Amino acid sequence: MKLLQRYLRNPAACFGLLVLLAVIAMAASAPLLFPADPLSLAGRPLQWPLKDPRFWLGTDQTGRDIAAQIFHGARVSLLIGFVATLIAVCIGILIGAFAGYYGGWADNLLMRLTEGFQTLPSFLLLLVLVSVFGSGIATVTLAIGAVSWPATARLTRAEFLTLRNRDFVHSCRSLGMRDLQIIFREILPNALPPVVVYASVVMALAILLESALAFLNLSDPNVASWGNLIGGGRGVLRSQWYVSAIPGIAILLTVLAVSLVGQGLNDALNPRLKRP
Amino acid sequence: MRVLLLALRRLATSLPSLLLILCGLFLLLQFAPGDTVDALVAEMGGADAAVIGQLRQFYGLDASTTVQLGRYLWRLVHLDLGYSAIYGKPVAAVILERLPVTLVLMGCAQVLAAVCGVALGVAAARRAGRWPDTLVSMLGLVFYATPSFWFGLMGIVVFAIHLGWLPPGGYLDVAAGYKGLERIADIAWHLVLPAVTLALIYLAIYLRIMRASMLEVLSLDFVRSARAKGLAEYAVLVRHVLRNALLPLLTLAGLQFGTMLGGSVVIESVFALPGLGRLAYDSVVQRDLNTLLGIVFISALLVIAINFMVDMLYALLDPRILHERKA
Repeated sequence: MKLLQRYLRNPAACFGLLVLLAVIAMAASAPLLFPADPLSLAGRPLQWPLKDPRFWLGTDQTGRDIAAQIFHGARVSLLIGFVATLIAVCIGILIGAFAGYYGGWADNLLMRLTEGFQTLPSFLLLLVLVSVFGSGIATVTLAIGAVSWPATARLTRAEFLTLRNRDFVHSCRSLGMRDLQIIFREILPNALPPVVVYASVVMALAILLESALAFLNLSDPNVASWGNLIGGGRGVLRSQWYVSAIPGIAILLTVLAVSLVGQGLNDALNPRLKRP
Repeated sequence: MRVLLLALRRLATSLPSLLLILCGLFLLLQFAPGDTVDALVAEMGGADAAVIGQLRQFYGLDASTTVQLGRYLWRLVHLDLGYSAIYGKPVAAVILERLPVTLVLMGCAQVLAAVCGVALGVAAARRAGRWPDTLVSMLGLVFYATPSFWFGLMGIVVFAIHLGWLPPGGYLDVAAGYKGLERIADIAWHLVLPAVTLALIYLAIYLRIMRASMLEVLSLDFVRSARAKGLAEYAVLVRHVLRNALLPLLTLAGLQFGTMLGGSVVIESVFALPGLGRLAYDSVVQRDLNTLLGIVFISALLVIAINFMVDMLYALLDPRILHERKA
């Protein structure tokens, strides 16, 4: 409760939460408000926004309703962002926990692996994964998760390094608890808060990665993704720039909201670290 | 000398990581549908089984995966990246042609992001909690949250299409046939929009870290001593605070180099620049995996080289690092 109070006292964090809730509401209401396939022909192509009451955000170059694509795109962005983040955080926690708890050669090997992933530009690695395994929505989500874990692993490892020699861990050991029990039932809950906060950064980056991939036409072409819409609008940029502009604003607001919520949580969890 | 030794030790720890990556990438490619011979046969319009077998033998694809992995790594040691069937040239030659454009673009973006990031970060920290700080911090958040390709497209709409101030894309005006200084000016002209677009997200990152590290250093005792002995505010800020606050930024800039390489894939596609990123995109579309792998390998080498230089610089700027181990 204290946490919630501290969170709500921060205006930027509240703004972020409101925007995020609005995006979630858009995603939830998409099938009700726009029951038709968002990728199907809806009307005359390239109508400017606010001209026709049926298409208040206009239509794109193939006559699809932009508003419908924005609403359905919210589902895609949130889904990919959330699932990819879940994957990345799980991999990161596993690797970081084992490296930090056991130390020694296991730590060495796992950290070399993490450094290896950090040395490779993650977007290039994503391109390799997509060109090998194809670009269905499930593959893209998995691939984004698979390239986004290293920072989480480092964070988890650092937390485990400070926690593994605490008294409560020693007493667990002397009680005869098994390593896995100590790692996941005793240490992990204590190490989790900073990792959960950092997950907001991972999610923001995951949404941006997906939109870049879709913009380059390398993501699933059969879903209404914001990036796809921007990429499609490139061809008519000279005169109908709104086709690319509108989904970009949607991405901006969503990523901004996710970052603000993460920062607000961080400030609420560490009130003493709050900026002057 | 000691600086070099320290940096070399750090370099040595990155070699196992590189080896792990390369093995991983090689094994990943075993999953890719079709190999070089399949691609060649498809290009020839089909061949009988005996010829295919001979081709496999010729390219060494009949050996076991372990042997092939060994050969692959051995070739990489010689910087032999294989042959690109699409471009009809060795991959190394193709990459070398494209590398300068990307390096120039990233260099400009990095300098721009660092200079503006430091300036804005310092300005925000100086007026912490008041409206300039809020404004700068908000600007940082917005830059961080905006997809770079969208910024690029909107930049084209405003500055190239509506105002006509800047070219909408390309690396230089081929038809004009400029030489010498004029050519450089033309390239710079074409790079303004892409470099600014690529720089914005890093500007946001640098400004945030700069603001935090300035605030931290400003609260230290030696700053109070400097003020107490009557130094001018400018001298305190630049000679005492800024020098110490720059260190975290340097580490971060080294780490961000790899992400920037990834970002240039998108930017080069938006502005039709003939660089490494554009090459990576084309090789994905054309399924030219040899070239793609070569780019990944070269990028990893570049990142390692940059981090090596950052380590040296860091040790030069902060002599305490050299004495850490002895203490």
